[in-house]
Amino acid sequence: MAAARRRKRRRWGRIAQHISVLVIVAIWLAPTVGILVSSFRDKDQLAVSGWWTALTTSEQNLIGRAAPPSDQVEEAGKYVVSGNVLDGSGYVTAFGTRILNPTQYAAGETAELPGGAGTLSIDSDGSYRLVSNDPFEGSSGRRIYYTAALPPAFTLENYEKVLTSEGIGQSFINSLTVTIPSTVIPILIAAYAAYALAWMKFPGRALLLAVIVGLLVVPLQMSLIPLLRLYNGVGAFFGVPAKTYLGIWLAHTGFGLPLAIYLLRNYIAGLPNEIMESARVDGATDFEIFIRIVLPLSVPALASFAIFQFLWVWNDLLVAIVFLGNNEQQLVLTGRLRELLGSRGGDWEILTASAFVSIVIPLAVFFALQRYLVRGLLAGSVKGG
Amino acid sequence: MAELRLRDIHKSFGSVEVIKGVDLEINAGEFVVFVGPSGCGKSTLLRLIAGLEDITSGDVEFDGEVVNEIPPALRGIAMVFQSYALYPHMTVYGNMAFGMKLAKAPKAEIEKAVRGAAEILQLTEYLDRLPKQLSGGQRQRVAIGRAIVRNPRVFLFDEPLSNLDAALRVSMRIEINKLHERLSNVTMIYVTHDQVEAMTLADRIVVLHAGLVEQVGTPIELYDRPQNLFVARFIGSPAMNTVPCSIDAANGEAKVTPQKHATTKVDARIPASAVGMNGTFGVRPEHLSVTTGNDAIFRGSIDVAERLGELTLLYVDCGYDEPIIAKLEGNVPVKRHEHVGLTAQTDLIHVFDDKGIAFAHGNA
Repeated sequence: MAAARRRKRRRWGRIAQHISVLVIVAIWLAPTVGILVSSFRDKDQLAVSGWWTALTTSEQNLIGRAAPPSDQVEEAGKYVVSGNVLDGSGYVTAFGTRILNPTQYAAGETAELPGGAGTLSIDSDGSYRLVSNDPFEGSSGRRIYYTAALPPAFTLENYEKVLTSEGIGQSFINSLTVTIPSTVIPILIAAYAAYALAWMKFPGRALLLAVIVGLLVVPLQMSLIPLLRLYNGVGAFFGVPAKTYLGIWLAHTGFGLPLAIYLLRNYIAGLPNEIMESARVDGATDFEIFIRIVLPLSVPALASFAIFQFLWVWNDLLVAIVFLGNNEQQLVLTGRLRELLGSRGGDWEILTASAFVSIVIPLAVFFALQRYLVRGLLAGSVKGG
Repeated sequence: MAELRLRDIHKSFGSVEVIKGVDLEINAGEFVVFVGPSGCGKSTLLRLIAGLEDITSGDVEFDGEVVNEIPPALRGIAMVFQSYALYPHMTVYGNMAFGMKLAKAPKAEIEKAVRGAAEILQLTEYLDRLPKQLSGGQRQRVAIGRAIVRNPRVFLFDEPLSNLDAALRVSMRIEINKLHERLSNVTMIYVTHDQVEAMTLADRIVVLHAGLVEQVGTPIELYDRPQNLFVARFIGSPAMNTVPCSIDAANGEAKVTPQKHATTKVDARIPASAVGMNGTFGVRPEHLSVTTGNDAIFRGSIDVAERLGELTLLYVDCGYDEPIIAKLEGNVPVKRHEHVGLTAQTDLIHVFDDKGIAFAHGNA
């Protein structure tokens, strides 16, 4: 009896747990989903309604232009201009002849044109007829005000526009140019350092490790400007210009090394001692042990650091501003987005598409290397393998 | 094939001296087992021979050549570790070929050596597997195979069977025995804390205790003629019964009196100077038998009788802190609290002096 009650309570408890997790996930994902949906919506629809209405028809007040008078035909003594205000989808719900009252008439009705120039009728499928006793004059067609209910329109246009004309494509490549070396170089340096700090005995090893780990605490902002001055000074001495990619690679390497060395050293120190002794008996030098045994076995730790560093550098704005310039060849994605916010702040379709273009890469990196992340972080905490 | 000599080996880790002066001579092709309780230094001694630790003082000689400064890879040794130490990211073939690949041996040679070793150990069908796809016994065989490929002159085993379950241990023990017969010209040094492995595998056993050698000898020598109390109690399970005694007479008619019991004759060469001193009286459980006559050495009441079918263990309270254990064949019909007398043949009794050194056997 009590067991059955306990089981029931456990089941309800589990259901409540699942529901709360789902709620949290939904709240967490909502903004990202919103951006994703908005980036695919038609520009005009986006301006009118929020992304949560993306799948419903939207009502918009639009201005169309009738065909020019040169297209008029004579039918039974009257002059007619006809055509369709819609481009194939949706239907008209109301229309008007004057801007002050764009929904004066319902679809299907016939409206009197101001000044007695004739009549205008629009059907719900959007086809209109301007009928007049006298021939129409003028070179341009008359303006028609109508309210249309348009079905949800999704388009890839925004992405096209963003990638080609807003310069996001170039910034994307700039970001990659900054990020990939900034991830690879620290790994190379840190792997050697970690192996030495973990398995080679030399005086001052403990102190050196403590100093390196202590550097984790140094705030980026504090060291940024002194570092820039140092770099520019050294660069001037060697004739290397300021504001080049080399500078930002070195800067990111420097900022990433303490974490890299710390993570990798802990992982490598957790590798079984006997494997390395066995390799030593087999005749391997320290370098051969490092390349053939330690590195292949450290892949989880390397991958997890790579994720951290990649994400950090990809999303970084401050170091990029300080070490790189604003020109087309050097502006990274984050900088470009910031500029877009200023210049195209109202064009949400551009902003959302750009944001998503910049999210795609880190997402891909994360999903590709994700299974290493947890393994790498937990490595060394439990004895195994 | 290599003859080993260890001369006055000392090893300290910082201020802690772990090996306190070991002298040893190992003949070529011999199977020597280092045995002893945990912490006695047997693994350290093995690692000194291997070259994985530096020697604080003393010399290790292979075939007369001092190898103290020579790195492990060049000493001509191969080592099998307790935890196998296989390279997890390489196949069995890769594991066994690693050493030769590092030495840049030609591919055909590597192939021949690896396949040869695989055949000896029946690993041929596992050559493409990764270590994690193998069972414990198979992994241990790969570790042994890796050592064979090195074609060493000295084979070192560091407690290789400790990580295996009991049944597997027995079968692997037999395999190692067969390996020794097959590679009869390779000197093998085997470290274990299990005396059964020591007794069954060794040509000679080295008993180590607290960094010193207690005794070196064949298994039967150690069993029949332990030179000191430690070896006497270490070899044999259940351990030898040892009780304090006083020495009454010397030479031909040596007699000792175990505490609280009657004087008894012993076959020990006790010098006259030892008469009146305290000593230790030792007799193995399997050498005790129940008697009703006057020749009982011990008399007491049975505390516990453990019946194992093939033998019966009697724990007899004879007035000492520990019960006297007797190992009797078959199922002995005794009851708890029953009084028994225990006796043993005179030549199976061991007498030790007050420092724990055994008196020689035999009559003067």
